[in-house]
Amino acid sequence: MTTRREFLVLAAASLAAPTAAKAQLDPNLAAKRKAAYEEALGKVVGGARVRAGRVKLQLPPLIDNGNSVPLSVAVESPMTAADHVKAIHVLTQRNPLPDVVSVHLGPRAGRAGISTRVRLADTQTVVAIAELSDGTFWSDSAEVVVTLSACLEEGLI
Amino acid sequence: MSVRIGVRSRLAPAVACILLGFAAAAEIPPGERRSGYEFMSRETRAIQDDDAGNPGMLWVLDGEALWKRKAGATDRACFDCHGDARESMKAVAARYPAFDPALRRPVNLEQRINACRVGRQKAAALAYESKDLLALTAYVARQSRGLPIAIAIDERTRPFLEAGREAFFRRQGQLNLACAQCHDDHWSGKLAGSPITQAHPTGYPLYRLEWQGLGSLERRLRGCLTGVRAESYPYGAPELVDLELYLMWRANGMKIETPAVRP
Amino acid sequence: MARAIVNAPAQAKRGEIIEIKTLAAHAMETGFRRTQLGELIPRDIIRRFTCSYNGVEVYRVDLHPAVAANPLIAFTTTATETGTLSFQWVGDNGYSVIEIAPIRVE
Repeated sequence: MTTRREFLVLAAASLAAPTAAKAQLDPNLAAKRKAAYEEALGKVVGGARVRAGRVKLQLPPLIDNGNSVPLSVAVESPMTAADHVKAIHVLTQRNPLPDVVSVHLGPRAGRAGISTRVRLADTQTVVAIAELSDGTFWSDSAEVVVTLSACLEEGLI
Repeated sequence: MSVRIGVRSRLAPAVACILLGFAAAAEIPPGERRSGYEFMSRETRAIQDDDAGNPGMLWVLDGEALWKRKAGATDRACFDCHGDARESMKAVAARYPAFDPALRRPVNLEQRINACRVGRQKAAALAYESKDLLALTAYVARQSRGLPIAIAIDERTRPFLEAGREAFFRRQGQLNLACAQCHDDHWSGKLAGSPITQAHPTGYPLYRLEWQGLGSLERRLRGCLTGVRAESYPYGAPELVDLELYLMWRANGMKIETPAVRP
Repeated sequence: MARAIVNAPAQAKRGEIIEIKTLAAHAMETGFRRTQLGELIPRDIIRRFTCSYNGVEVYRVDLHPAVAANPLIAFTTTATETGTLSFQWVGDNGYSVIEIAPIRVE
């Protein structure tokens, strides 16, 4: 049986010990993810200026399920050897990781673009950046509202 | 006016439901039946509509390969008895669950496939919700795509239909909800941002975005039961098959969409 | 077993821009999910998709965990010559799938 003294010592010790707190969400989550997005953006464009335009990012504004969201990027470009899109990058601001896809292409693509389906963790802004053969960067962004599924299975199968 | 509720009376469920406070227990009239397809966004519908982009087709293709694969002590494939599934399996899924004379009760398509595997091929049964069983079921059901659900009820299957209907109208779980309260009374409303459908199983097995995979009707029903915090039945349980029979009968006339895509 | 579905035209006119749709069977495990016991399920995703036309890479995608399960990748390429379109998916744990589609170009 624990004596009153032992109990008080144990209680004090547990208060003083740093808690693992692994199960808690980081209170700065949004800020950290935004910072990760900025860093990923920096890796893509270097220090270059990113201009809005030429890129069309299409996402449904209100999606059925964040697990699989149809996404399309199309970039206006003649796609000739002299003037074409070299790469298309898609980034998110609130996913656990900012990168989604990076497309590497050239004049043979005919049209610069991609259609795919992505995971979106939260209501947020998605950004598509095109890198042109002349070294310039262009972008478009889209806002999506992501709701949680009403009945979750929670791992039960 | 006193009302007697007899077990055999056709009016019994209707009267019982009125007394329990539900809207009339008649099923949704055929002209008003809407597939879950109509409740989805344009983009999700597009995923279902295009075989080249419908992930459910990955399972259908697997099923096509399994159909031709020899199995069991008899070393026979489905193909060896049934030939080309596109002919032999046409309209089959549209009439399941169907009465199995040996078991003297209705069975669903998965159980029918396993009955063939064990009884005819002398092979091991495929586990519920296994990739192979889902693939075969999806492949067979795909052969009914576009055809109307046609569950025929006779004196053998009527008791099971009534059991399924009773389950549909019964409040259950910690949330004390009956299927009918959402899917008969409040379809087209919303539950936490998601549209409430009429709950017609027109496209099973289907690719559910929430599962990120293909799953059976039983998986969905088990999820619903868990959702109202009721104890869920194990796969293949008679309670689930009775409910499937009722749900399919309630959707009579609606077109099969397998493999459907749903949120 | 179906590992990927490729939809590409069997023939095209020279210079025509053709549409290609690909679907790969893959769970794309993000590495962020946990089991019911709290253990992290390790990342297991497709990392790269490449389309080659008669051996020349014409389209490449780097994929991250944010790509949905059973990834769809739809894109275009110019029909330049008769030959073979080759599609390769490479990912974690030695995942590698190749599909080919012949194409006749007039």
